[in-house]
Amino acid sequence: MPQLPDGEPVPTDGSLPATALDAMAANPFSAYLHVPFCRVRCGYCDFNTYTPGELGDAASVPNYVRAVEREIALAREVLTRGGRAMPPLTTVFVGGGTPTMLAAPMLAGLVGRLLEAFGTPGEHGRPIEITTEANPDSVTPEGLEILAQAGVSRISIGMQSAVPHVLATLDRTHDPTAVGRAVRWAKDAGLQVSLDLIYGTPGESLADWEHSLRTALEQEPDHVSAYALIVEDGTRLATQVRRGELPAPDPDDAADSYELADALLRASGLRWYEVSNWARSDTARCRHNLGYWTGGSWWGFGPGAHSHVGGVRWWNVKHPRAYADRLASGTTPAAAREILTPDEVYDETVLLGVRLADGLPIDALRPEGRGAVAALIADGLVQHEAALRDRRLVLSMRGRLLADAVVRRLVLGL
Amino acid sequence: MLQPHATPPSAIRNFCIIAHIDHGKSTLADRMLQITGIVDDRAMRAQYLDRMDIERERGITIKSQAVRMPWSVTRESGASDAYILNMIDTPGHVDFTYEVSRSLAACEGAVLLVDAAQGIEAQTLANLYLAMENDLTIIPVLNKIDLPAAQPEKYAEELAGLIGCEPEDCFRVSGKTGMGVEPLLDEIVRQVPPPVGDADAPARAMIFDSVYDTYRGVVTYVRVVDGNLNPRERIAMMSTKATHELLEIGVISPEPVPSKGLGVGEVGYLITGVKDVRQSRVGDTVTNAAKPAAQELGGYRDPKPMVFSGLYPIDGSDYPALRDALDKLKLNDAALVYEPETSAALGFGFRCGFLGLLHLEIVRERLEREFNLDLISTQPNVVYDVTMEDGKEIVVTNPSEFPGGKVADVREPVVRATILAPSEFIGAIMELCQGKRGTLRGMDYLSEERVEMRYTLPLAEIVFDFFDQLKSRTRGYASLDYEADGDQTADLVKVDILLQGEQVDAFSAIVHKDKAYAYGVAMAGKLKDLIPRQQFEVPIQAAIGARIIARENIRAIRKDVLAKCYGGDITRKRKLLEKQKEGKKRMKMVGRVEVPQEAFIAALSSDDTGAKAKK
Ligand SMILES: Nc1nc2c(ncn2[C@@H]2O[C@H](COP(=O)(O)OP(=O)(O)OP(=O)(O)O)[C@@H](O)[C@H]2O)c(=O)[nH]1
Ligand SMILES: C[S@@+](CC[C@H](N)C(=O)[O-])C[C@H]1O[C@@H](n2cnc3c(N)ncnc32)[C@H](O)[C@@H]1O
Ligand code: SF4
Ligand SMILES: [Mg+2]
Repeated sequence: MPQLPDGEPVPTDGSLPATALDAMAANPFSAYLHVPFCRVRCGYCDFNTYTPGELGDAASVPNYVRAVEREIALAREVLTRGGRAMPPLTTVFVGGGTPTMLAAPMLAGLVGRLLEAFGTPGEHGRPIEITTEANPDSVTPEGLEILAQAGVSRISIGMQSAVPHVLATLDRTHDPTAVGRAVRWAKDAGLQVSLDLIYGTPGESLADWEHSLRTALEQEPDHVSAYALIVEDGTRLATQVRRGELPAPDPDDAADSYELADALLRASGLRWYEVSNWARSDTARCRHNLGYWTGGSWWGFGPGAHSHVGGVRWWNVKHPRAYADRLASGTTPAAAREILTPDEVYDETVLLGVRLADGLPIDALRPEGRGAVAALIADGLVQHEAALRDRRLVLSMRGRLLADAVVRRLVLGL
Repeated sequence: MLQPHATPPSAIRNFCIIAHIDHGKSTLADRMLQITGIVDDRAMRAQYLDRMDIERERGITIKSQAVRMPWSVTRESGASDAYILNMIDTPGHVDFTYEVSRSLAACEGAVLLVDAAQGIEAQTLANLYLAMENDLTIIPVLNKIDLPAAQPEKYAEELAGLIGCEPEDCFRVSGKTGMGVEPLLDEIVRQVPPPVGDADAPARAMIFDSVYDTYRGVVTYVRVVDGNLNPRERIAMMSTKATHELLEIGVISPEPVPSKGLGVGEVGYLITGVKDVRQSRVGDTVTNAAKPAAQELGGYRDPKPMVFSGLYPIDGSDYPALRDALDKLKLNDAALVYEPETSAALGFGFRCGFLGLLHLEIVRERLEREFNLDLISTQPNVVYDVTMEDGKEIVVTNPSEFPGGKVADVREPVVRATILAPSEFIGAIMELCQGKRGTLRGMDYLSEERVEMRYTLPLAEIVFDFFDQLKSRTRGYASLDYEADGDQTADLVKVDILLQGEQVDAFSAIVHKDKAYAYGVAMAGKLKDLIPRQQFEVPIQAAIGARIIARENIRAIRKDVLAKCYGGDITRKRKLLEKQKEGKKRMKMVGRVEVPQEAFIAALSSDDTGAKAKK
């Protein structure tokens, strides 16, 4: 699991500087809920998640639910300080771990608790978008129906691959056919469907990847996320690669896979709107994630969840037990926080904005960044048209594959 | 005990201990320090006079050390006479011969030490000849006689044959157990002539060493030849005419002990409180400012640097600190020469001349340790004299300055090398020397199974990995000494390295025509592995003039983007970017190519720059 970043201490009551609360008020607000449970841990995954065997009774599901309810109460207190109104929720995202490890009524209940606590701006008094992640083999038609009733509008299914040997290398437990079934049930329940795919798994050929893409597209999803496999420190995959049991993913192969993905997805009517995300239409884009990428504010509930409110970022302690203990004793579960300086806000704006198809307004760049644009265009990393016509910096295909290098050139002038 | 300033020259004996490397000079000096009572058993530690960390870590002496020791000799009548012995422990490695020759000039006698298990080696000969040139009385001594493998009879024979004495005249000692050391001290008193000088003449003292001390400024080591020096006097440096007040004067025994002055034949130190390091030049003569001497003492011949290398601070803002550090180190290392130079790739630095690779390595390490600097040193090279077709002559100390175009003649330095080895290795040694473009000049049998071979070899061939190869081909039995011996015309070319068509000056090298191709291929290959992939393709070429002799290609990087970016990844990603901002400082641009500092260091610290130059 990745280490939490370093930061400064958070006041025990979790309170936020008034400036942050003021800054937040102008923009849409979101909630993230982290569900730190999985049936088994996949070898590549470093998310903050635990299997039943790893967790004792003290970190049981009921304890988790109670702790989240306490954190919701805490958020109310913190956000309404000084007579402020609760910000209405524009989006909710339930991620994991495996949210669908929780029984559907329980998950629906937590979503309901969030909706009660915050005001909501959308029609029917509901946020515009409520997403839950799910593993293909952890959903049932009944469960999905219950979630839909509770307001969930979108489901992101961890398909990863359609090729058995790739799924095996990834330690995935599901049968390839589970995905089609899950998608059908989700659609029947009226949910928008997104599929997560991973490419570059050791042993995956370009043909394997093509097969996975085509299989995913056959389900006619509204949205696809395609991620190059990252060998995260501390994972079983990292150990296997270090020992030479599995070859390290080759970045050139990953580039081929990415280009293939973009071509096939586009041919099926899905267009990129972020480096690793494609949507069938503008409304099928994930509003919640777009919030992350455009400096939006959100409260992250649950163990290890990260939050951002008006220029303050904080993160909760990781272990469900420590998380529950903190809340039970009436203190914030936040481990540390950082109050962003203007320079840091700028760096984040660039590094996140560059990844979007909407791009970055060139005029929002600092002089050294503006100075780099011409060379980026000349090097074929940035689209000429958008720069000239809209004064926006939008990555070309090559640029999308080299986005981190583009950021360095914009921010560091390298 | 005889006090400084009040010791008649007749009671003084000045001698040094000289030997091949590792034959036990410093260990013998230890016993002398103990037996004469100036270091007690509690304070004793092995190689007491090897004071620098770097000397202790490597187990070799780099700096000569002079120590004043009292000694009394009992006459047959039972009466005893008091003496003062000034002993100088010297280094044995060939790179530090200059250090030895300065020590010899401060002495009337030399203890020539030979390891009784090894016999005569190349630096035994070299140091003996130096001592003879200085007209010193030579006392032959076999050391390490406690070793089971010692063969004192056999080597006494060899040694006697060499210096023209009887085998019985060779002393037998053990620096380890102390056996035979007392009689040796008596013998030194008996054989070594006392110093001669005119006590009434104006003072003249020779500076044979100096060192910069953070607290006390410049400390100057002298040997008084005529007259005397006294505290609070004004002294003058004869070459610069600069005058200073003597704040402190004293002797080393073996720590500095202030004294009432120094008289004829005595060895000691002076402190003037001067911080300007250039005021105290090794080889200069110190005199009394009020009553100056008319004539300087003959100074030292400045040593000629054998190899050159560029030294650059990794952090460019350390350049002034590097200059200051070199000035201070130079005081204590008269053989070091340097002048500023700039490299397109490495920025501002100094082209430094050294006596050999070990010297280079020691200087670099001392600069890094004692002055807290991080340095890159470029590929070492020798000096070339280039004559152009129009008659113009150019001295090339930096390969990137090697002229292109109409070169009439290139001359490279050569050395006269002496190799001593068991005769069974003659064939192997000849083969090696031939491969290094050597010419055999002569061969003598020192004994039935020991041979001395004399070669002329290009310095550039000997200075890098020659010694390692010699050792490995002779199972460690051969020893090598060499000295400069003019130059010769050679078929040399400059190999340049180009990144994306742009020449990287720090990687240029001058190599023999037959080896140019191998060098080019090796360097291009190495850089290909060291330079990270860029957003564009980077061709690496090795070229002689316009002719490309080797090429490699660093393919453009196609993917440099982290796939996922969840809310929790943002802080991590930003911090990574901040770290890269820092890393940018350590990035050198060659044209558009980013070359990390580490790549330069790794490429330049090639295996054959003699990182293991010890011995
Ligand atoms: N057995 C034995 N070993 C000795 C004796 N003298 C020196 N040694 C060992 O020989 C090695 C070299 O001794 P040093 O005194 O450092 O030799 P050196 O001549 O000063 O060496 P450099 O200063 O590097 O030229 C050390 O390991 C000593 O312990 C001796 O009399 N007997
Ligand atoms: C929070 S995770 C898991 C959601 C759900 N538990 C599942 O695995 O299906 C969301 C997505 O991140 C992606 N992911 C996780 N670890 C990854 C890694 N090491 N490299 C690339 N993508 C990864 C996977 O596509 C996964 O579906
Ligand atoms: S199921 Fe998802 S969250 Fe759980 S371990 Fe696997 S990838 Fe990670
Ligand atoms: Mg020594």
